[in-house]
Amino acid sequence: MAKKLIDLVKRKHKDAVVDSHNRLGDDTVIIRPEHLIEIATTLRDDAGAKMNLLRDITAVDYLNRVPRFEVVYIFYSIELKHQLLVRVLVDEDSCKVPTLNEVYPIAGWLEREVFDMYGVDFTGHPDLRRVLLYEEFEGHPLRKDYAVQASQPRVALRARERDAVEEFKEYVQDERAKGSREQY
Amino acid sequence: MAQDFIDTIDQDIHSEPMILQMGPSHPATHGTVRFTLTLDGETIIKADTEVGYLHRGFEKEVENKTWTQAFPYTDRLNYVSPLLNNFGYALAVEKLLEIEVPDRCDWIRTIMGELSRLSDHLTCLGAGALELNAMTAFLYAIEGRELVWDIVEAVTGARMTVSYGRIGGVKDDLPENFGEMWQKARARILDIHATTHKLLSRNRIFLDRMEGTGVLTPDQAIAWGYTGPTLRSTGVAYDVRKDHPYFKYNEVDFTVPVGTRGDNYDRYLVRMEELVQSVSIIDQALEKMEPGPINTDDPRVMLPEKQKVYNSIEGMIAHFKIVFEGIQVPAGEVYSYTEGGCGELGFYIVSNGTGKPWKVHVRSPSFIHMGGIHKLLEGSMISDLIPTFDTINMIGGECDR
Repeated sequence: MAKKLIDLVKRKHKDAVVDSHNRLGDDTVIIRPEHLIEIATTLRDDAGAKMNLLRDITAVDYLNRVPRFEVVYIFYSIELKHQLLVRVLVDEDSCKVPTLNEVYPIAGWLEREVFDMYGVDFTGHPDLRRVLLYEEFEGHPLRKDYAVQASQPRVALRARERDAVEEFKEYVQDERAKGSREQY
Repeated sequence: MAQDFIDTIDQDIHSEPMILQMGPSHPATHGTVRFTLTLDGETIIKADTEVGYLHRGFEKEVENKTWTQAFPYTDRLNYVSPLLNNFGYALAVEKLLEIEVPDRCDWIRTIMGELSRLSDHLTCLGAGALELNAMTAFLYAIEGRELVWDIVEAVTGARMTVSYGRIGGVKDDLPENFGEMWQKARARILDIHATTHKLLSRNRIFLDRMEGTGVLTPDQAIAWGYTGPTLRSTGVAYDVRKDHPYFKYNEVDFTVPVGTRGDNYDRYLVRMEELVQSVSIIDQALEKMEPGPINTDDPRVMLPEKQKVYNSIEGMIAHFKIVFEGIQVPAGEVYSYTEGGCGELGFYIVSNGTGKPWKVHVRSPSFIHMGGIHKLLEGSMISDLIPTFDTINMIGGECDR
C-alpha cells in the first residue's frame, strides 16, 4: 500500500505532481498551489483514499531555495489508516495558496497559524487574521530572516475593539426591529 | 387576551444579544484562552476563540538550539504529561536518524508514557469536577496525581520539567524499587478511581451538567480535527497506540474505550476507563520487561563513556563534537505521531543535515481542538461552556507553544 496513494494522485492529476517519494515511510507528493483544492477534494472523496482527517498544516521556509516556501498538508484516513503528505511549493513573491476551508473545516484555523508565522496568504479565506500573535505584531517570526532576538515595539492601548464587537453592533442594528422570539 | 399580553411583553422586553468576554484568566477555564461570546439570554449564539496568551516561540527557539537541547522545551508543551512530549519528539528524531532503540528503552518509554497519561487524565477529571463545584472529587484526583508525580520524581529527578527523554534512549534506568513504588501507587489510584465513580458517575448534579452537553457527532469531530478521548467519545475507535503501534504497545493487551453519544459525560467516562487501561498497560510492561541496555550504541548519537573521554583523544573529540555541534541528523523531512494526553501529538521535523533542526513543528492537539470548539458551544447554555471546555482538556502550554 506504500505507493498506492501517490499513484492515485498521479493518475487523477497527471500534470499536477512535481515530484513524489516515500522516504522513511512517509508518502509525499509535491505539487503547485493551483492544483491543491482538486487534489484535496480527490483525497477526501475517492473511495481508495477516504482521507477524512486533515491532521495538520504547516509551512517550511527554505530561505535560499526557489521557490522559497513549502506549505505542508498532512492528510489521514481514519478508516483506511493511511497518510499522505502534500507539499505545496510557494513562491516568495506571490506567496499565495488557495484555502482548503471549504473542503476541510479545520483548515481555516490551521491556515491562520501559517499566515501568522510565515505570512502565507490563503486566498479565499473568510477570516485570515493572526491567531497566536497579536494584531500589531510586525513581520512573521518563523521566517528564517526574522532574527531570534528581534524585539517588537510596545503596543499602545487599542482604540478599536475586536471584530466581534463590531459585528455585534451590526447584528443589533439588523435584529432590533424583530421580536425576540422570532430570531431562532 | 393572553396573546395580547404576550405581544406586549415581547415589545417591552426586547432582548438584544450581549457580548461577554470570558477569559483569558477565568477561574473556571483552566487555561489561558479568551472566548468572545455573543449571548441571547443565557444561550451562546456565537463564540470566537482567541488563543496565544502563553505563546513563547517554541518553534523559533528550537531552531536555534541543538537537537538534544530541544528536550527541555518539549517539557513545557503539555506540562501535565511532559514525558509523552519528550518521547514523541525523540521518536521523530530517531525516525529521521533511522536508529532503533533497545527493547528496555521502549518498555521504559511505554511505562513512563502511561504514567504521564494517568497524570493527564487525573488532572482533567479532577479539575473538571472542581469546576462543577465537586471539590471532594478534585482532592481525590489530585492525590492520585501526586502519587504518579512522586514516581516520576524518583525516576527523572523532577516532577514536571522532567527532560527525561534522549535521542536514542532515556536519561536513566528505572530505580530498583520502581516495582514497589508502583504497587503502592497502583492500589491507591484504583481506589481513587472507584471513589471517583461513586462520587460522580451517578451524581444527579454532575449528570445534569454533563449529559447531553457539548455534543459532537463522529463526522463533525473528524472534520474539525478532533483526536484522542474527544474523538473516541463519539464512537470512533481511533487510537495511535492501537492503529500504528510504537514503543511496545503491540506487545501489551489493552482495549480502546469508545463512547456512543460524544457528549461531556461520554468524554468523562472514556477518560475514566483509559485510567484503568493505562494501569493495566504498566502492569503488563513491568512483567514483560527484562534487564538490558537502555540506550542505543550508535556512536552518532550517544556520548562515549567517561572512561574513553578522559583517556583517549578519539573519545574526547567525539564527546566534544556531540556536545558542541550537536547530533548530526541527516537531511530530510519526517512526520511522526504518538498518542498524547488529549489527542494525537505529532512532530513535523525538517533537518538540513546539521546539528540544529531546520524546523520542528508540533501538531498540538490542544491548538487544533480550539479551532472547532465553537461548534460545541454555539447553541448551548453558558453554563455548559465550563464542562465542555474541561472535557476537551485544552492545555495552554501546548496550545500556544
